[in-house]
Amino acid sequence: MSNDVKKTAVVQATQSREADASVLDMASNRMVLRRKLRHFYDQSASVAIAIGGVSVILAILLIFMYLFYEVLPLFESATLDRVDEYQIENRSNSTSLHLAIEEQSEIGMRIGDQADVLFFDVTDGATVAFIELALPVGANINHFALDTETSGIFALGLDNGETLVARYGYDTNFVGENNTRTLTPTIDFPFGEQPYVLFAESALTELAVRSNGDSLMIAGVDENGAVKLITATKQTNLFSAFDIGGGDADFEIENYPVDISAQDVDQMFIGGDQRWLYFVSSSGLIRALDLVAVMNGDSDRFGIQSVLTEDGIRPTQVIFLLGGISLLVADDSGAISQWFLSREEGQTRLQKAREFNPGAQPILRMTSEQRRKNFVSVDDEGRLAIYNTTAHRAVFSEDISDRVPNLLALSPRGDGLLLETVDGNIGFWEVHNEHPEVSWSVLWDKVWYEGYSEPDYIWQSSASSNEFEPKYSLMPLTFGTLKAAFYAMLLAAPLAICGAIFTGYFMAPAMRRKVKPLIELMEALPTVVLGFLAGLWLAPFVEKNLLGIFSILIVLPLSILAASFAWAQLPRKIRDSVPDGWEAGILIPVILVFSYLSFALAVPIENSFFGGDMRFWISNDLGVSYDQRNAMVVGFAMGFAVIPTIFSIAEDAIFTVPKQLTYGSLALGATPWQSLQRVVLPTASPGIFSALMIGMGRAVGETMIVLMATGNTPIMDINIFEGMRTLAANIAVEIPESEVDSTHYRILFLAALVLFMSTFVFNTIAEIVRQRLRTKYSTI
Amino acid sequence: MKTQQRTNNEFSIWMRKGTPWVWLNAGAVAICIVMVIGLLILLTVRGMSHFWPRDVLQANYAPPTSTGELLTTQVIGEFVESEMVVAAQIASSGIPVDETQDFYERQLLKLGNRDLTGADFTWALSDFVRDIEYPVEVVAMERREWGNFYGFLRDIWEGGESIVFSGDAADIEANRWLEFNQRLERALDIRDDIYVIENQEIGLINYAMERLRLRERRLELDGEESAETSAEIAGLRQELDAEYGVLQTELIALYETVNRDSAIFLAANEQEIEIVFADIVRAYKPNQMGPFSKLLTYFSKLGEFMTAEPREANTEGGIFPAIFGTVMMVMLMSVFVTPFGVVAAVYLREYARQGFVTRAIRIAVNNLAGVPSIVYGVFGLGFFIYIIGAEIDQIFYPEALPAPTFGTPGLLWASLTLALLTVPVVIVATEEGLARIPRSVREGSLALGATKFETLWRVVLPMASPAMMTGLILAVARAAGEVAPLMLVGVVKLAPSLPLDGNYPYLHLEQKFMHLGFHIYDVGFQSPNIEAARPLVFATALLLVVVIASLNLTAVALRNHLREKYKALDV
Repeated sequence: MSNDVKKTAVVQATQSREADASVLDMASNRMVLRRKLRHFYDQSASVAIAIGGVSVILAILLIFMYLFYEVLPLFESATLDRVDEYQIENRSNSTSLHLAIEEQSEIGMRIGDQADVLFFDVTDGATVAFIELALPVGANINHFALDTETSGIFALGLDNGETLVARYGYDTNFVGENNTRTLTPTIDFPFGEQPYVLFAESALTELAVRSNGDSLMIAGVDENGAVKLITATKQTNLFSAFDIGGGDADFEIENYPVDISAQDVDQMFIGGDQRWLYFVSSSGLIRALDLVAVMNGDSDRFGIQSVLTEDGIRPTQVIFLLGGISLLVADDSGAISQWFLSREEGQTRLQKAREFNPGAQPILRMTSEQRRKNFVSVDDEGRLAIYNTTAHRAVFSEDISDRVPNLLALSPRGDGLLLETVDGNIGFWEVHNEHPEVSWSVLWDKVWYEGYSEPDYIWQSSASSNEFEPKYSLMPLTFGTLKAAFYAMLLAAPLAICGAIFTGYFMAPAMRRKVKPLIELMEALPTVVLGFLAGLWLAPFVEKNLLGIFSILIVLPLSILAASFAWAQLPRKIRDSVPDGWEAGILIPVILVFSYLSFALAVPIENSFFGGDMRFWISNDLGVSYDQRNAMVVGFAMGFAVIPTIFSIAEDAIFTVPKQLTYGSLALGATPWQSLQRVVLPTASPGIFSALMIGMGRAVGETMIVLMATGNTPIMDINIFEGMRTLAANIAVEIPESEVDSTHYRILFLAALVLFMSTFVFNTIAEIVRQRLRTKYSTI
Repeated sequence: MKTQQRTNNEFSIWMRKGTPWVWLNAGAVAICIVMVIGLLILLTVRGMSHFWPRDVLQANYAPPTSTGELLTTQVIGEFVESEMVVAAQIASSGIPVDETQDFYERQLLKLGNRDLTGADFTWALSDFVRDIEYPVEVVAMERREWGNFYGFLRDIWEGGESIVFSGDAADIEANRWLEFNQRLERALDIRDDIYVIENQEIGLINYAMERLRLRERRLELDGEESAETSAEIAGLRQELDAEYGVLQTELIALYETVNRDSAIFLAANEQEIEIVFADIVRAYKPNQMGPFSKLLTYFSKLGEFMTAEPREANTEGGIFPAIFGTVMMVMLMSVFVTPFGVVAAVYLREYARQGFVTRAIRIAVNNLAGVPSIVYGVFGLGFFIYIIGAEIDQIFYPEALPAPTFGTPGLLWASLTLALLTVPVVIVATEEGLARIPRSVREGSLALGATKFETLWRVVLPMASPAMMTGLILAVARAAGEVAPLMLVGVVKLAPSLPLDGNYPYLHLEQKFMHLGFHIYDVGFQSPNIEAARPLVFATALLLVVVIASLNLTAVALRNHLREKYKALDV
């Protein structure tokens, strides 16, 4: 095309050159170059704009994809990478009693029955340290009990009735010029090097130990079923407080005799709060002794009795989950069940909460994680399974060894696994288990949390202790969101739609020109201001004037009707002085007067019927709990925020209904109201519907108002006088304080994704409906 | 044809015409109007009234006590508000009132003097407040610590020695007050000098020291440190230390001067207190002031509100850093949003082939305007800050690690997040503007030989620029009011310095800043003294509403103007 232009230009130029020599020469090189340059600019601009436009649109999609990217890891399973398998030194030719790994997953530990403790490198089994504990002459270890992996305190039961209590630990030093971290394993005696004497004359058959800071509890049962309890409390003074070795500290040792005897005890352990002493028999019967009662001298009965396994199934191992609240019972039928205490009608009972079924083979060993509510089980065919109790989820279940396992150890961070098989080989695996606590049931079903009497929907994402069971149910938050949106729409929808009907159909154009900017101003008001007014002004006001608020709901419509009837009775002259369509203006003073009257008259009525304060009457006499910042306040505030959104779209829909329809209807004898009701509204109804959808979307996503006008309590209560916590407010409150890339963090992203999708769905439906309406109107 | 028999009384006519329903709908509009205007009036009244210097009353308060003996305390303070309370509630709070009277009125008095009494607000039952008077000589003071003070000026001390005035009692009082004001002014001037030295000059030195430390660490990391570089840095450090020493001596001298003067005041219940002039911000005798001087004080307080920095955990003082932070962030956001929004709109309307894809994109863009703002905040936090920010830190600021520079909330990320949030608004407004331009204009330009880009650049965009402006104004109005995403990406309760200052590189994009909307949330809901803070929050809210309302009304006016203009163009 440029060639043609050039030719024509040349012809023209030649022609006009003959006529006038001052005309521009379009064929000169300079002009050609200029045209090429302009063409180049045009092309590059197209490319640049295309890139820019597409990238902006992609950036918008990026949000969606990023949210997914952050949420997907929640549903991944755990993986195990095998590092090596080796044999470790066994200088004393002992059988293994206990296996453990330390914090950095670098050093493993094995305690043997000759009181030999070997520390080895987990990657290749090389010995790091070897410590032999001194036993009394002629005594042999016949029992081993562990307090917890975290404390590292263990007890060795000797066949002369004595018990030695020691602790394994690791000293971290930074040595050398590069400050390399070196770990030095240690064994110390925080509760004294002297053995504790449980039974002077009989042999110890079972042993249990539990420490709690400065106090230690040891319990033992002998071959005759006699039970003995010893407590040792460290006496700390200023000087011994710095003594970790424990050699010079004084101990207050108390011996508690127990009247009841326990026969057929297979396993024994003390609960996490040092309150209950559990005896498990080989038939599956569990009994517990109340240790507080024992220390008060009342020890003649078992506080709790329960049956863990039935029908001849025998429990193989019972361990505690993190926190010492839940018991995990593995049996020889291949099932593991979780039990915990709950109080019901003043009685403490052991209840079975859930069951896990790794397979049909007997479970040999279990161990629980030290920082999360996970546990690992291995059966006699070498099948390893990792479970999370809260989520009732198996994150890993595979055969990892073809030999019979003996002992199992998990590192404190849950990232390293040691497995010793009966032939003495030890294998080390790296464990990647990031988000085991999440499953569909955790998020959306009722979950039976530890210590509760029944399953429930609870959101409680963190607490101050490490042993806390995080409760990630999104139901209370979703319920709160829907509750807030419901009460907001309850106020906003009638006001907005009725207002839109009047403004779009009946209102005089002069007044409409003033009202529309006012409503747009209403939309522009920042929600922070609305929330602050709701929380700091409206909530106390509503609390003080409850009866006034309720009466307004009745008085205002009646007063409007009365005003309308009165207006119709006024003489023609007065009525004609106000032009058509100004009814809203006439009603403003009516509303002001009657609102004031409502509040003023509410005071004496409140005095005579409700004892002067309706709020107290509601909470005391009706028994309904009342929160100052509650759903009603949120309804008012969020309704106020959502009204202009619904109003503008609905009004637009009604106003743009082609006038011919109205004229036709009026010509046929219908009143304006009938025309509206039967012709205009049905035509505009898709627009009104889309307005409601968009308003709903806005109400669901509102953050600041809810943050400020509710108590932010995640409860599921339809009571209008109670607060709530919504998804959006929850995200705003919790995300700055959650650990990056943790489960909590990703669940908050999941909440954001839920919000995003729901508003997206609402808005898309509304938008499609609106576009179809526009095309429909254009054909009328 | 059978005609229906109808009653023709007034009521049924009224019903049949559908008037009641029409009026109910009108009532809905009227309620909305009343609510909006009521809200604006509430904000204005509560916000503006805070700065008016109120009269200070003096009274004796003797409520009934459980032991029966009457303990009369003197109260000097401002009346804030009053309410009626049920007798039972008062009795349950420990004051044994006669319960035959159903209601009691109680008033909230602002007594100040938190350092003397521990509580600067107190409720007093009106029935037991006696001997109310408005002493002419009572002084109301705003202080840097411990809130307001109400009392009587007794003495002025300079360096521990009292200044003597001569004449009769009235003269002494007048002269002393004059002297007080002079010394106060001097103290305020010295305080300004101190502020300049502390914040600006010493701040500069601190900033330079920090940059030296980072430079040193950078050399260390790059392995380029040597004896000469260490010597150079040590030399610079010494210079800075010397400068600091000089400033330090200056500062000490100034502090000494300003702390030399103090005034002795008599507060309620015969308590005497010495207040250093350095601690006083403003002092006046409200009961003596006529309306004109009160108006002057009012405007002075209003000015201080808008230009001074906050004190006392944001419950007193001004909100200038919040205003500045909001403005900075909005300007930065506009810089990001305008090119992107305009380019995207131009692409959608002018360059892309109109079909299903562009329609879907338009729907998506419209939807994004409706997505909750907290989702943008979450995206900004997770993606911009923790992913991109962390990368930037690794590449450009390794010497500052492990302290993050850009891997933490800041001004840049806040502006980007809000730009993303408001880009749909700009796109929609610009598209609307572009759609209004009749095709004939474009075709004419093309016919005259212009390329598409030239048409766009010289004809279409200038014609669409008012629409672009409208879009930008709407975006700015929306951004100024959004708080939820900002809480996650860069706003803090108190920022020690402004993002724009005299230290190189002058604009600190990685700094956290204060924001008007967040200030409202923080002072209203996370402040230790809500009674003192509440009027300030109203004032801040009023300011925010005024700013946003004016922006919106400008946009509306612009849009209406455009509609009129282009109605004429439509053939």
